[in-house]
Amino acid sequence: MTTTAPSRDRVLMEGSEALARAAIVAGCRFFAGYPMTPFTEVLEHFARLLPDEGGVCINAESELEAVGMAWGALATGARAATGSTGQGLSLMQESFSEITLAELPLVVFNMARGQQDYYQATRGGGHGDYRHIVLAPQDVTEGVEHVQLAFHLADKWRNPALVYGDYLLAHTQEALSIEKLEFPDLPAKDWAVDGSLSGTGGSRAVTPLGVSKVGQRALGQEGKAQYIATKLPLMEREVRVETGFLDDAETVIVAFGAPAKFVKYAIAQLREAGHKFGYVRPITLWPFPYEAVAEAASGSKVRRIGSFELSAGQMVDDVRIGAAGKVPVEFIGGVSTDHSGFGVGRILDVEVIAARLLALHEEREMPVIPGYEVNSYQLQPHQAEATR
Amino acid sequence: MTTTNPPVGPVLDTSAAPSVGARMVEAQKPDLLLTQDHHMCPGCGEPIAVRQFLETITQLDAVERAIGVAGIGCYTSFSGSMDVDLVQALHGRAPSVATGVKRMLPDALVFTLQGDGDMVNEGLQEVIHTAARGERLTCILLNNGVFGETGGHMTATSVIGQRTKNSLDGRDAEYHGYPVLIGDLIAQLQGAAYVARGSVHNAGAVARTQKMFKRAFESQLAGAGFSFVEVLTMCPTGWFIPTPEGPGYMQETLGEVHIMGELKVDGKVRTTDELHAENVAKQREVDEALAKGGLHT
Repeated sequence: MTTTAPSRDRVLMEGSEALARAAIVAGCRFFAGYPMTPFTEVLEHFARLLPDEGGVCINAESELEAVGMAWGALATGARAATGSTGQGLSLMQESFSEITLAELPLVVFNMARGQQDYYQATRGGGHGDYRHIVLAPQDVTEGVEHVQLAFHLADKWRNPALVYGDYLLAHTQEALSIEKLEFPDLPAKDWAVDGSLSGTGGSRAVTPLGVSKVGQRALGQEGKAQYIATKLPLMEREVRVETGFLDDAETVIVAFGAPAKFVKYAIAQLREAGHKFGYVRPITLWPFPYEAVAEAASGSKVRRIGSFELSAGQMVDDVRIGAAGKVPVEFIGGVSTDHSGFGVGRILDVEVIAARLLALHEEREMPVIPGYEVNSYQLQPHQAEATR
Repeated sequence: MTTTNPPVGPVLDTSAAPSVGARMVEAQKPDLLLTQDHHMCPGCGEPIAVRQFLETITQLDAVERAIGVAGIGCYTSFSGSMDVDLVQALHGRAPSVATGVKRMLPDALVFTLQGDGDMVNEGLQEVIHTAARGERLTCILLNNGVFGETGGHMTATSVIGQRTKNSLDGRDAEYHGYPVLIGDLIAQLQGAAYVARGSVHNAGAVARTQKMFKRAFESQLAGAGFSFVEVLTMCPTGWFIPTPEGPGYMQETLGEVHIMGELKVDGKVRTTDELHAENVAKQREVDEALAKGGLHT
């Protein structure tokens, strides 16, 4: 991907507006969504901006309908998107599964409440064998690129792509300019419905089922599932990752999204103090950069890997798969969304992060986050013994 | 003894060569069906309804801009045999998918094809909101008061007393609640331009239903708003009755509750209760006329 002549005309813009504008620059002409913090402003900007571009933004009556409307718009060949928080995406999961089987290039904006929706994004909460390409920008500037990349990759593979953001991505203001990215040409969407082939004997069917029009090749349900299953490993070539300081690293930290930017800052400070840290930042959460983690785990000086994520520990599973037992992998993050459940909690703080990184590096207990210890679950007497 | 029946003549007049050549049964199918084969049970009413709206699309010269959105039910198998550009939706979700299609292609003739389980159970809010938004599309409901595909289970339109696999002693209002008259719900919404309830239990009903499809599609093409045609269809398999009894059973059960007629035309709403009262009044007129010696005195 290459940028056109970059403009120096940068403006201060909130993340949610920048993401919506990036989508429109990428050719998105349909959006449907349902308000939910911290995603709401993304919907607001689409609602304000799309009509002037000849597009449509519908304030859907539910997330179920939002994803359904995007499904219909996609079937006509339009670039279309929906979005919500992880909670809203939970409602959309049935459609996500089937849209993947129907091979429709949906783009999903997940402005998640923290990083607790990693499993949802990468494993999916829906049924069947499917994957979404998941991009996790570390800041708004990268988000503007990722949104455009998401539309390209979705069309390239005829598979949904999800942009995983959070409160920070949606609500941070950055000085930026929205540059249109150029991507290689893609095939025409001759599969899209427009009614023009109705009555010709060659009408089209956009369907997640293994059926097709009479006289056309039908895969059947089993065949359709096998067909999608063989596409998944091919999409893994879209893996993207950023690494730093791995050559001499003794402790490697894996982190994604906005928190990764905090981790990188903390690591820069710790290295100045002489501590040999390196990092791996998955840019795509699926496909996950297993090879980059494997290489990091194979470093001659590496002793341990830490997975820093703002959840109870989800990505750590993928880090362990990548490390394949070569070095110990520890989860060093935690749930951190502030009291509202929407925002930025106490763990997302460079000093707090640096203290956790150093504790891992020096093989000490993780420091207690003041105020969080009271939330720890206490084992009840009747739970002490495992049931046999 | 007098009879009103005409005298029985020869089935085929073989005294001279036929005026037209023989035609294959295949030739009788609507232009917009790729095959006459279907996967429905004997006595099913759905193929009749499908024929009606496909023929209507052809008659309106709207073929090359027709796009269907199918729900999930027995009728889904028509998505492969209808020669119409088609989007397959999830169970209950066709109205939102059709909304996305129509908003991107405002000149298209967009219709959904859904059953009562699909539309009135799983996707009730979808059709209601789509009607309220006044989307310029037509939702078609094939209502047989039963989940046919799963083998005869109660839906939100099953009538009181109807025996299904999960209301073995008949639908009991106290225990199972009451059926939804979906057409009435839609007709009262401002965004709805045309709402009708047809049936395919006899030839007269089929002809009336085809006119309803025509008015619904014309309303859509004129940009008047949301249009809706419900069609009562026989499901002898799901009703556990002999096939030939389907039309009669339907008329006496579903047909007495989901009463045939136009529920909204040009902004004027007629409720199902009003249709019922009109039918009762008409029947009384007929009865009185017959008592006086006949209808054509």
